Amino acid sequence: MARFPLPSCGCGRPHAGFACTEAPGDGTGAEGRLVEETVLRAVFPDAATRRSLIAAFGLGTVMAAIADVLPLGIAREALAQAPGPLEKSALKIGFIPITCATPIIMADPMGFYRKHGLNVEVIRTAGWAVIRDRAIAREYDAAHMLSPMPVAMSLGVGVAAPQPWAVAAIENINGQAITLANKHREKRDPKDWKGFRFAVPFDFSMHNYLLRAYLAEHGIDPDRDVQIRSVPPPEMVANLRADNIDGFLGPDPFNQRAVFDGLGFIHVLTKDFWQGHPCCAFAVPAGMPREMPNTFAALMRAIVEATAHADKAENRREVAAAISGPNYLNQPETVVTQVLTGTFADGLGQVRRVPDRIGFDPYPWHSMAIWILTQMRRWGHLQRDVDYTAVSGQVFLALDAGRVMQGMGLPVPASPLRKETIFGREFDPAAAGAYLNSFAIRR
Amino acid sequence: MQAVPAWKAALLSLAILAVFLGAWELALKAGAAGGGAAIDPEYAALLGQAAQQGGRTPMPAPSQIAVRLWELLRDPFYVRGPNDQGIGIQVAWSLGRVLLGFLIAAVVAIPLGFVIGMSPLLNAALNPFIQVLRPVSPLAWMPLALFTIQDSSISAIFVIFICSIWPMLMNTAFGVANVRREWLNVARTLEAGTWRTAFRVILPAAAPTILTGMRISIGIAWLVIVAAEMLVGGTGIGYWVWNQWNNLSLADIVIAILMIGLVGLALDRLLGLVQRWVAWQE
Repeated sequence: MARFPLPSCGCGRPHAGFACTEAPGDGTGAEGRLVEETVLRAVFPDAATRRSLIAAFGLGTVMAAIADVLPLGIAREALAQAPGPLEKSALKIGFIPITCATPIIMADPMGFYRKHGLNVEVIRTAGWAVIRDRAIAREYDAAHMLSPMPVAMSLGVGVAAPQPWAVAAIENINGQAITLANKHREKRDPKDWKGFRFAVPFDFSMHNYLLRAYLAEHGIDPDRDVQIRSVPPPEMVANLRADNIDGFLGPDPFNQRAVFDGLGFIHVLTKDFWQGHPCCAFAVPAGMPREMPNTFAALMRAIVEATAHADKAENRREVAAAISGPNYLNQPETVVTQVLTGTFADGLGQVRRVPDRIGFDPYPWHSMAIWILTQMRRWGHLQRDVDYTAVSGQVFLALDAGRVMQGMGLPVPASPLRKETIFGREFDPAAAGAYLNSFAIRR
Repeated sequence: MQAVPAWKAALLSLAILAVFLGAWELALKAGAAGGGAAIDPEYAALLGQAAQQGGRTPMPAPSQIAVRLWELLRDPFYVRGPNDQGIGIQVAWSLGRVLLGFLIAAVVAIPLGFVIGMSPLLNAALNPFIQVLRPVSPLAWMPLALFTIQDSSISAIFVIFICSIWPMLMNTAFGVANVRREWLNVARTLEAGTWRTAFRVILPAAAPTILTGMRISIGIAWLVIVAAEMLVGGTGIGYWVWNQWNNLSLADIVIAILMIGLVGLALDRLLGLVQRWVAWQE
């Protein structure tokens, strides 16, 4: 496997070996911030309390108050001089062979895991239910999941008992599409889709929620007017061929694969529904940041670095080459390249150029989690009222992801909540209840 | 029925195969000659071969499958990372799982069947359970196994076990229950003890029936492993099928079907030999 040049370390100094083992000795570097945060978490274990304190007094004031009773400076220096050893360096990470998993996969052949001292085995897995079961059984130390999966698992929805898993980073934004069978070339208006049979990868998926929302926007009731089935992505194309379904809202490369095999056309890209919507997630057991802080930090650095690398348009071709082989996606390289570069055949005779067809942004916005929760409520996946803010904070680890991004010099949003524009409508996470109540079609 | 010379049958088999493959190849050749609509070359470069002509990717022809088979068999034992291993290794994984599950099932089923066969009361009491559990599909057991055992490789073996136990159990019980009365009476007049009767009279008498059960069971176990591996993944010929399905590579799937059939045949033949060895004639 060819090696690729890697971005140099965030500390800015040239050095061989693992990044940033040479932290500033006075404890003002990333490790220093880590100490502060660990102490902060120990003093105020409740996330809500911690956040409200910081919001009220500012981080500096809170830390100064703690420093009065705790020798923070000494702790910082001690840690800076001896960066903690990895609690576990051999990790297993499960993935589904789709382009959403790009950062998780490419970090193996392109050396991002190795760079951070990790020996990761990325294991291709047969379906989302298997990923979930293996994650629960802890056969995997971390896993590629659909971003609603950890939300559902943590709430105990679709599993026997609540399983605290968390979204440590978002893998990809955008990058999905609705593909229809060639025979429906003339039926481009969703109002004509009554009686259609659609496939989505999993019940708890952005695909399911986006397809339902899209249909409902056009007055089609997703439960009564059409059929929506859970079908593993590879089987979507085969089912389309067998005329078993009329279309699917699925992950790539299977939309492109349907075009490649002359079976269907790309009706619409999901980025046109919600620019920057999350899709898949890098999920870890919720306790991992506490139980294995050093391993978690190293893993997050590898993932965030890989994600940043994948997001750059100029790297997309080499990434496609690295992940399309039989060990990873097992797809023709041209199919993966079309997805990642956004220059693709749409199946209708046009070459389209959409550079943001798929993007990679690790930051797990809490607003994304809140939208997912509103849709779980909307379609009856979640039958009780929950505290949106609390759940999103527990499951989407924006603080941890933000810290790693900051350490790498990437911009970090000031607040994990932002207003989104979804289907042309504003979604304000602070008014999620009103948003939910505004839908005419809901369960 | 009159005896037929073996070469005649073999010749006919070959002829049937040749006609079948020939028809397959020709049918695809005829289907592929579609009128190619002139399209933008930049667009065409992004499509598969068939889609460039406005068609859909067809079923592979036998010649293409043969080429692929040769590629696979030339290097069956390579390992290039956890997700890309040779077909020989995959078959070996499946065989290992099947044999383990099957052996555990045999160790449980044969003694248990013996006890059930010798006791009409137990037979009647356990029969309803056996009849209800016997027809359950391996795919139905799988979620339960994954949930309770929480380990996918052990779950696969458990599913083999639970699906292959029933024919052995029922055949053993049937064989033991139907040992001729006279033979048991002879054993009694010779004052043979229970253990002696069991091992010297009942076991040899029931052995052919037990072996029939084992033969059915190994067939079932081999059927089940493909389904189980497709679900749990990782390694094995079933996972390999799933994986090639993922890539929509039908040539590989046809090859896998061939491999599964051949290995199943070999397993059955192997137990057939053992069966001939324990058979008796009055």
